[in-house]
Amino acid sequence: MTNPNGRFGVHGGQYIPETLMNAVIELEEAYNHYKNDSEFNRELTELFNEYAGRPSRLYFAEKMTKDLGGAKIYLKREDLNHTGAHKINNVLGQALLAKKMGKTRLIAETGAGQHGVATATAAALMGMECVVFMGEEDTIRQALNVYRMRLLGAEVVPVKAGTATLKDAVSEAMREWTSRISDTHYCLGSVMGPHPFPTIVRDFQAVISKEIREQIQEKEGRLPDVVIACVGGGSNAIGSFYNFIEDECVRLIGCEAAGRGVDTFETAATIATGRIGIFHGMKSYFCQDEYGQIAPVYSISAGLDYPGVGPEHAHLHDIGRAEYVPVTDDEAVNAFEYLAKTEGIIPAIESAHAVAHAMKIAPTMDKDKIIAVTISGRGDKDCAAIARYRGEDIHE
Amino acid sequence: MSNIRKAFENGKAFIAFITCGDPDLETTAAAIRAAVENGADLIELGIPFSDPTAEGPVIQEANIRALNGGVTTDKIFAFVKELRRDVKVPMVFMTYANVVFSYGAEKFISTCRDIEIDGLILPDLPFEEKEEFLSLCHKYGVDLVSLIAPTSENRIAMIAKEAEGFLYIVSSLGVTGTRSEIKTDLTSIVKSVRENTDVPCAIGFGISTPEQAGRMSEISDGAIVGSAIIKLLEKYGKDAPEHIGKYVKSMKDAMI
Repeated sequence: MTNPNGRFGVHGGQYIPETLMNAVIELEEAYNHYKNDSEFNRELTELFNEYAGRPSRLYFAEKMTKDLGGAKIYLKREDLNHTGAHKINNVLGQALLAKKMGKTRLIAETGAGQHGVATATAAALMGMECVVFMGEEDTIRQALNVYRMRLLGAEVVPVKAGTATLKDAVSEAMREWTSRISDTHYCLGSVMGPHPFPTIVRDFQAVISKEIREQIQEKEGRLPDVVIACVGGGSNAIGSFYNFIEDECVRLIGCEAAGRGVDTFETAATIATGRIGIFHGMKSYFCQDEYGQIAPVYSISAGLDYPGVGPEHAHLHDIGRAEYVPVTDDEAVNAFEYLAKTEGIIPAIESAHAVAHAMKIAPTMDKDKIIAVTISGRGDKDCAAIARYRGEDIHE
Repeated sequence: MSNIRKAFENGKAFIAFITCGDPDLETTAAAIRAAVENGADLIELGIPFSDPTAEGPVIQEANIRALNGGVTTDKIFAFVKELRRDVKVPMVFMTYANVVFSYGAEKFISTCRDIEIDGLILPDLPFEEKEEFLSLCHKYGVDLVSLIAPTSENRIAMIAKEAEGFLYIVSSLGVTGTRSEIKTDLTSIVKSVRENTDVPCAIGFGISTPEQAGRMSEISDGAIVGSAIIKLLEKYGKDAPEHIGKYVKSMKDAMI
């Protein structure tokens, strides 16, 4: 799907300072070499299986299916991975690549903290230095993950600039990379940023759809009718979609964070409310004002609280191959509680956006239809925030 | 011939960067006049962007002050048109790709011609991505200024060969902001540039003292100063223009 110049249709590209150009060119060359290297792939598969606990299960949510009374619902359990989210797939790939490139230091941005924790974990495992940039607002919302990162030996830098959330953490990580390149790899956490990041991250996350495909064939003898995943930058979604893109019979649905609603200013639903622009190294859709100033966005979910979307999603939207729907805070919190009570699974509030949409469409579908929902992460980190949302003040 | 060349005809060029609308456009106008009266040869006008990823804290804050003050691209266009009645030195816009793209690149660049803006610097538009803006810049006679970084190495010749207006040589790794010491081997970068183009080259990022300006003018055609001027605006607000005038004079006097 990637063109040689890193374009997905009109989206993508490399809109970065000249200072970083040789770094991304070096990264692309290294990736093109190692992606077909059997030893690299053997090591990565071993890390996936022995360390991260892959393959993750594809679980038939029987109670949920019965309760909703429509399509059969399967949950892709990325929450069961080591560190509790899909983020580890990409991080193990990039950390191994960085190590092969002779880098000794990883830097990363994080929103909810899951990517930061995964990066700190990989750095600890591979004996690398690690610095994680996190919006100050998010260090408060996700205090537990800040502690986890420090415990793993990483330095966490709170970012006070701008809205002090994920976009500012990305900006600060990019600034840090321009100041120290020779020993440092920027371990970007989503399918965004300048080429080759959207392609590298997608390839490392594509294991999700590769497994869904094999597992559903084994259980049902056919492909799913619908695949649903939440979309911030869009890494778990592209991972869930990728191996189904050629199968036009499989509907691909990405769930964006609508916050308090797409008709309010407190939203992070980029495809629903944004327009095409250039930011953070890529051309894609962004929430912005008429003069191109990036809008402050809002979602209850720190991981989806980002004003842009990965360029491949923008392209899949343009060509109509994937659908993108907004899901509000309220709907996500209801789904968070519903999945806990119905299946005994507490999803990340990000993933709960995908669960919410499955709850909407499953009852409208026939019982012989199949929906696969990616549970991108576990919800332990969100419990205190959801309690507060419900007016209950608990101490972590 | 590019109007920007004129900035380099009066000895070594002192290039002053000012963020439009920090803290308001009246102060920006007074600051520009003070800089020009005291020897600035080229003015780099920053159009503020919400998320300036190539800037250090000083210019980031200036962007926020300007946007909070209500400045917009349209207000800046009207402001420059008015300023051009008496300010004749070459002027370029410095902003981010999205400000131009989102406005409509053709509308933005044709307006630059109409209000006599001579060039455009977009720090997040590297050589590989410039074509979509370059063709419009050529159509309307606006120079698209390229940057060369300490990490450019094998890319210098390619960039220099297509340079127009002037070449902006980034002195150090990292973002904008004052630095006590500049360690990059700028002499060899300038040498590589000169082997490939006769477009003038000026050095920016980290320059704040007359000594640094003097040294940069020895090895290149000019010095670009941003954060040090913005610090005066931050400190003195509406009273900054007088201080900026004195500062620019001290810098220009130190350049050979």
